[in-house]
Amino acid sequence: MRRIISLLMENEPGALSRVVGLFSQRGYNIESLTVAPTEDRTLSRLTLTTIGDDHKIEQITKHLNRLIEVVKLVDLTEGAHIERELMLVKVRATGAQRAEVKRCVDIFRGQIVDVTATVYTIQITGTSDKLDAFFQAVGEASILEVVRSGVSGIGRGEKVLTI
Amino acid sequence: MELLSGGDMLLRALADEGVECIFGYPGGAALHIYDALFRQNKVKHILVRHEQAATHAADGYARSTGRVGVVLVTSGPGATNAITGIATAYMDSIPMVVISGQVVSDKIGEDAFQETDMVGISRPIVKHSFLVKDARDIPSIVKKAFYIASTGRPGPVVIDIPKDVTNPNDKFEYHYPERIKMRSYSPAQRGHAGQIKKAVQLLLSAKRPIIYAGGGVILGNACQQLTELARRLDAPVTNTLMGLGAYPGSDRQFLGMLGMHGFVEANYAMHHADVILAVGARFDDRVTNTPKKFCPNAKIIHVDIDPASISKTVVADVPIVGPVDSVLNDMLEILATAEEKQDSKAIEDWWKQINEWRERYGLLVKPRYRTDGNMIMPEEVIRTLYEVTKGDAFVTSDVGQHQMFTAQYYQFDKPRRWINSGGLGTMGFGLPAAMGVQYANRDATVACVTGEGSIQMCIQELSTCKQYHLPVKIICLNNQALGMVKQWQDMQYSSRYSESLYEESLPDFVKLMEAYGHVGMRVTKREELRAKMEECFAMKDRVVFMDIYVDPTEHVYPMQISPGSMRDMWLNKTERT
Repeated sequence: MRRIISLLMENEPGALSRVVGLFSQRGYNIESLTVAPTEDRTLSRLTLTTIGDDHKIEQITKHLNRLIEVVKLVDLTEGAHIERELMLVKVRATGAQRAEVKRCVDIFRGQIVDVTATVYTIQITGTSDKLDAFFQAVGEASILEVVRSGVSGIGRGEKVLTI
Repeated sequence: MELLSGGDMLLRALADEGVECIFGYPGGAALHIYDALFRQNKVKHILVRHEQAATHAADGYARSTGRVGVVLVTSGPGATNAITGIATAYMDSIPMVVISGQVVSDKIGEDAFQETDMVGISRPIVKHSFLVKDARDIPSIVKKAFYIASTGRPGPVVIDIPKDVTNPNDKFEYHYPERIKMRSYSPAQRGHAGQIKKAVQLLLSAKRPIIYAGGGVILGNACQQLTELARRLDAPVTNTLMGLGAYPGSDRQFLGMLGMHGFVEANYAMHHADVILAVGARFDDRVTNTPKKFCPNAKIIHVDIDPASISKTVVADVPIVGPVDSVLNDMLEILATAEEKQDSKAIEDWWKQINEWRERYGLLVKPRYRTDGNMIMPEEVIRTLYEVTKGDAFVTSDVGQHQMFTAQYYQFDKPRRWINSGGLGTMGFGLPAAMGVQYANRDATVACVTGEGSIQMCIQELSTCKQYHLPVKIICLNNQALGMVKQWQDMQYSSRYSESLYEESLPDFVKLMEAYGHVGMRVTKREELRAKMEECFAMKDRVVFMDIYVDPTEHVYPMQISPGSMRDMWLNKTERT
C-alpha cells in the first residue's frame, strides 16, 4: 500500500542523508521525496511516499523516529489529508495539436507557463494520480520532458504537524 | 572566563564528562588533540597497536563498567580501521564515543591526504554522528555525544573534528554545559501503566510461563529486578548470548542460553510456553530459528527501550516501550498487591516437565562430551576454566566454537562478566576487549577465551598489554582450523574443508609470547590441563597464553535445524530431537 510519511527534522547538514540512508540500509523503497525548510528556519519538512504493508510501514516510521534529528513524524495516509504534487511538462504542440493540448490543460486545470512556436511548457498540480492521468490524456508521444516535485501533503482540519 | 583552543576544549570536556581513559592511536589530523592530551593529566590514554583494537578495548571497558568507552583516532585509515569496532558496538548497543581527526575544513572534499568521509562511512553503524565546524561547539557536542551514547538504547556516537578546529592558536571561551536538552531526542522514561498491568495479569494467568531476557537487561541495569520477578513468579529464565549473567547462571530457575546453540531445556521451554516475557531482547534470528514457527502457543509480552525492536520479527501481544528497570519495578509493585493467584498446580507441572528435559538433555547435569579419551575436549577446558576461576572471572571471547562453548559451560552469576561480540560476530574482539576490561578492573581476573584463528586477527595487542601491564589470560582452544566454519562444512558441505584449515602454518605461540615478553604454555595432555590452568591463573601480574590442543573433530551441540522451530535441534552428530 502507498503511504505518505511527513516529518519535521532539524535543518542541519547530514540530516537528509540519514533519512535517505535509512531507506537503503534497511531495504525500503522511496517512491518520491521532497524537502525544504519551514517558516522556522531551524526545521525542515520532509515528505516521502513509500510502498509497503502495515508491518513494513510500522518499521519505517519507528526507525525514522529513532533518528536523532527527526523531531516529529506523521503517516498522513492514516487519516484524512490533502496531497499535492507539482509537475512541469514540456509538450510538442504544433498545428492542430496546439488547440488540443490547450483544451487538455484547461480540463486538468493546468497552466501554460511558457510558449514557443512548437512547444508548450505546462504546469499542473494535483494528486500523483491526476498527473499520471494527464500523460494519458495528452498522449505520451508528444511529451518532451517531465519534472515532478514529488508529493507534499498536509492533514485535513485541526490536526497539525508542529513542535 | 578561561580561553582554550579546540584541542584543549575537547580534553577538558572529556575530563568534565568524567572520562578517565581513552583508547587511541595518533596521526596527522589528530596531532593537535594529541598535543592537548600531553599537556593535561586528567584523562589517560592507552596506545593500541591498531585502531580496531582501540574500539574493542573501549567496548570491553564499557561493557564491564556500564560507562561510556572513548576512542580517539586520526582521519582516513585511522577512522576506517575503527569501523569494525564501531559496528560491533552498534550491533550490541554499547555506549561509545569515537573521536576522529579530519583533514582541515577547507580541504574536505578535495581527496586530501588521509581524507575519508568518516561521518558518511560510519552512518549506518552509529547512533548519531557530528562533524564539528566550529571550536566553540565542542563542549556542547561532547555533552550531546555522551548523552546520546549512554541513554535510551545505547550506541556509538562519532565526533569528526577537522584539524583546523583544534588549532592551538585559536582560543575561545570554554563552558561545559551542566545539562543538555534536545527537542528531537527524548528516550522513554516509563512504560505504559495499562500495558504493564495487562502484562502482569497475563503472567499470573500463565500455566507455562518463561522469561526470555537479553542484553538489554544488563545495559538497563535491571538484573536485580529481573531476578526478583522470576523468583516471585517461580518462572524459568533463559538468557540470550548477550544476556548471560543478567540472571544468575547457577540458579535453579536458570535454563541456560537459548537459540541456535542454546540448551535443549531452554529451547523446549520456549517452544511449549504459553506466556513469554521477553525483556531487553530482540528476537534475533540466532534465537528464533524460523520466525513463522516460533513458539506457536505463546502470548508474548515484549519489554524494550527501543520501539523499533518490538514486533520487528515476532509480533508482540503486549508491547511495552520503556526502560527495563522501571518497567520491571512497576511489575513488581503491581504483583505485590495483586489479588489474582497463579495456578500453582500448573506451575508445579511445568517445572516437572522442565526438570525432565533438563535431566535428559542438560549440558551441566552430566558431561555430554567424551570423557574417556586422551584428547582434551573444548567443553572440558571451559569447565576447568570455570572451576579454576571459581566462576568469578571476567571472560571475553572471540567468535566461533570457543565462544559457544564458553556461553554454554561457563555459568555467569553476575552481569557484565561475559563480554563477547554477539550481534556482529567480530573475530579479533576478544583480546583487545579483555585489555579494556582489565584496565577498568585492575585487580580482577580477566580471561580471553579464543581460538587460534580469532586470536591472530588482533594478536598485535600483546604489545599493548605489555606497555600498560594488563595481565590478561588468553585461553586458546587450538583445533588447527576455523572450527565453526569447519563444523558447518561437516554438516552442510560433506566435509569439504574449503579454506578452513591451517595445516602446518600456525606460529609457535609459546615462542611468540616470549617474543612479546609474556608467558606461553602449550597443553596437549588431558591430565595436565587443570594443573597448567591453575599455574596460569597463579601468575597474577603476567600475560599468559595457554595454547590448548583440543579435539579438532568436536562440534558445538545442541544446534538448531534450519528451517525449523525452537525445538528442532541436533543433539550430537547423529541424533536429533
